[in-house]
Amino acid sequence: MKSAGGLVIGAFVLLLAIWLLWVVQTAIDIGAGPRLAEQAFAGLPATGVSNPVTAVLLSYRGYDTLLELAVLLAALLGIWSLGAASPGFQAAGAVLQGMVTLVVPLLILAGGYLLWVGGHAPGGAFQAGALLGAAGVVMRLAGDERAGLPPLAAQRWLVVAGVAVFVLVGIATMGLGAGFLAYPIGWSKWLILAIETAATVAIGTTLAAAYVGGRPWSHADVSGQS
Amino acid sequence: MAQLLYGGAGVVLFALGLWAFLVYTPLLRKLIALNIMGSGVFHLLIAIAERGELPPDPVPHALVLTGIVVAVSATALALAMGRRLEEDEGGR
Repeated sequence: MKSAGGLVIGAFVLLLAIWLLWVVQTAIDIGAGPRLAEQAFAGLPATGVSNPVTAVLLSYRGYDTLLELAVLLAALLGIWSLGAASPGFQAAGAVLQGMVTLVVPLLILAGGYLLWVGGHAPGGAFQAGALLGAAGVVMRLAGDERAGLPPLAAQRWLVVAGVAVFVLVGIATMGLGAGFLAYPIGWSKWLILAIETAATVAIGTTLAAAYVGGRPWSHADVSGQS
Repeated sequence: MAQLLYGGAGVVLFALGLWAFLVYTPLLRKLIALNIMGSGVFHLLIAIAERGELPPDPVPHALVLTGIVVAVSATALALAMGRRLEEDEGGR
């Protein structure tokens, strides 16, 4: 770091921070202006879920979440196209291995719980997927070369599962005469649950595969692959 | 008061991240700084979602959830790109 340049930049950043703090203070003092929360709460009974955050993510703004899953998928495809993964870490010792066999099932169980609870309390696909991804990271750290993921062919299906189920549900609702991702009332809860389940699996797989950090096959296999 | 504390912590995180992003050259440090900036923004959004006696606004919460996942995947891609760059340059 260059001392003079660093100081000048630091001074400017400090000024910016003070100004931002003043803005935050003013915004808090003014209090709540018109906001989307009232509309979000008013529409809640029609969405079939009682957690407003889940309703925003999967009902009101379903498009955004679909595109977000596509961003995840694109990032993983980018990582896979940058080269092969480095070989796994060395196998864990007895103590770490014991912890892994204890923690990973718990993480998967907690992920399933968060997925289900997302309908009526804080939780949902992203939290559950993050836990599954963490389980993959722990397994990779303990020496599992694939981070606990299935072979490549299955990995590909799992990684696209979120986007695929989302789009299929959207096309199905179009076929029923409603718009893309306009869930019929009554079906809404189960469609959201189906999408969230697929999204959980896809997010967990994607995060774990991203942690592996490269294509999960070596160059030698590629010729025999497709 | 608590809200100002949370929001202010977000602003401080953002400023620290911005400073580190501008001052340090290595890619890894810039990535960490960007992530700290992002955390500051998420912090601020969550703090601002609750106004007075009203129930918290779910829209910023959903925005933050979305933002975290996008930030994680973008960071993973940037790390993979950085590693590939280093390999191609022979580690310099």
